[in-house]
Amino acid sequence: MQLTIPQLEHKANEIRQDIVKMLETAGSGHSAGPLGLADILTALYFNIMNIRPEDPEWADRDVFFLSNGHTVPVQYATMANAGYFERAELQTLRRLGSRLQGHPEREKLPGLENTSGPLGSGLSQAAGYAYSLQYIDDQKHRFVYVVMGDGELNEGNIWEAAMFAGKYKLSQLVAFVDRNNIQIDGTTEEVMPLEDLKGKWESFGWHVVEIDGHNMESIIDATSQARAITNRPTVVIAHTIPGKGVDFMEYDYKWHGIAPNSEQAKDALLKLRTLDGKISHEGEGV
Amino acid sequence: MSYQLNPAVFDDDVQLEPIRAGFGRGLKAAGEANEAIVALCADLTESTQMHLFREAFPKRFIEIGVAEQNLVTVASGLARAGKIPFTSSYAAFSPGRNWEQIRTTATLNNQPVKIVGSHAGVSVGPDGATHQMLEDIALMRVLPNMVVVAPGDSVEAEKATLAIAENGKPSYLRLARDKTPIFSTADSPFEIGKAYVLQEGHEATFLGTGTMTYHLLVAAKILKEQGIEVEVIHVPTIKPLDKETILTSVQKTGRVITAEEAQVAGGFGGAVSEFLGETLPTPILRIGMLDRFGESGAPNELLEHFNLTGPQIAEQFKEWKDKTPRYHQGF
Repeated sequence: MQLTIPQLEHKANEIRQDIVKMLETAGSGHSAGPLGLADILTALYFNIMNIRPEDPEWADRDVFFLSNGHTVPVQYATMANAGYFERAELQTLRRLGSRLQGHPEREKLPGLENTSGPLGSGLSQAAGYAYSLQYIDDQKHRFVYVVMGDGELNEGNIWEAAMFAGKYKLSQLVAFVDRNNIQIDGTTEEVMPLEDLKGKWESFGWHVVEIDGHNMESIIDATSQARAITNRPTVVIAHTIPGKGVDFMEYDYKWHGIAPNSEQAKDALLKLRTLDGKISHEGEGV
Repeated sequence: MSYQLNPAVFDDDVQLEPIRAGFGRGLKAAGEANEAIVALCADLTESTQMHLFREAFPKRFIEIGVAEQNLVTVASGLARAGKIPFTSSYAAFSPGRNWEQIRTTATLNNQPVKIVGSHAGVSVGPDGATHQMLEDIALMRVLPNMVVVAPGDSVEAEKATLAIAENGKPSYLRLARDKTPIFSTADSPFEIGKAYVLQEGHEATFLGTGTMTYHLLVAAKILKEQGIEVEVIHVPTIKPLDKETILTSVQKTGRVITAEEAQVAGGFGGAVSEFLGETLPTPILRIGMLDRFGESGAPNELLEHFNLTGPQIAEQFKEWKDKTPRYHQGF
């Protein structure tokens, strides 16, 4: 299923509404990250990746690893919209017995490729998979995508993986850094500065693309570029707005780890619905 | 039916070989049998004996460098791609350094990632306490889904490697650096989850894992010469524990010694104590490292320094037995 850019923008908005609703029902969870990643996940699942939601273990599929597992509401909402499971199930998020665990568990839900939450290990898992495709299985047509947070780049494990992927020139590996500049204790540059981030990845042997992470065309272009580069892994530094689409959450790191109450959810949904169909790349609307 | 010991086990010139050498052979054999097997090492390929696999299957060997967190997480990704990854380093570093990664990406994720920790125990020798891993049994056996195996000699290590290659589960294989006596034979059985009665007796049950089973055999021989017959059971699989074999023996003897080259707290002695405490409360003497670190020295000096040799165990047992009641069923 490959949606056009206007269709993708519309879909991302629906996914944001699902995120708000499921977080409100759950009563806990992370709001800012999932809303900020909605465009990237929508582009991946509805345009970029070669997948079959009705056959999650399809042998020829592209593979998606979520490294910053706390943003999983966006993955659940995107997967439900893509047809991996019924959207109604989104309302079970974080409940006892739910397949939608607070942080993703591979064995609970078909379509998840990994279990994550503790930060820093998703890039390695994606790199291991990409290594297998490139050097052992000789499956050059498949690609491995991974999303990391920017605060997550504080973890040493990430840079071990960056060195590894650089050494082995894992060209079927496409990583996204959700560059929203916030982490729990404040801005990334206050907590533990990441810049020069582009220079860091380049020096590890990666092809680096910097984009507006809310611009569907840029997201799609960056990944086509990545697939065309056959001698290096690619990292897409995607500049995003935490809480994107809900004005009172945008840019506010306090929304990192909390869910909206019913009043806030109502406001948020109104905001998102008003914007529907009028989304601009700047995120400003009616 | 009964376990055939190496007839030369008590000879002065009993064959010695590092347990890790058996792993190296086993991994190569496993790789021949199943092409899904891949091997990853953190810059210790010869030391952990993975070079045999690397030479045979260069395409399926991955050098990770000194990065143990990456070691197991890359392995987790390879497992998702349908591979059976064996990772190796020194036990002090893996699982010593990367426990959370093992917990999340191997056991909670339930992928058949194999953690091979070489150089476990004080018999590592002169490198000292930093490299003498003693807490690995405790760290690995508390993880749901994890299988924990500590082979007793190099011959058994080869069989254990082949077995965990095909068990479909995250597994920890504990290896030792120094040459140790070979007490089993090529024909001795090995099955994950099984313990083996090496010698029968009624005065006590001696449960050994890894390198310490040999020392229990020596202790039992000394005791037998003094008219004290103890049962020696080799327990290469610490998790899942062979409860039936242990219980059958303890019901007969009413006294237990455990022996391991590891912290007894949380270790093999801990596992046996937990089981018997719930099932058949029995006095237990746990031989091993008693809430302290090792230090530099020759392997044999260190074993003696920490009271881990056969003659020392025999003495400790006699002293302990004289002041400890025997518990029987119905107590």
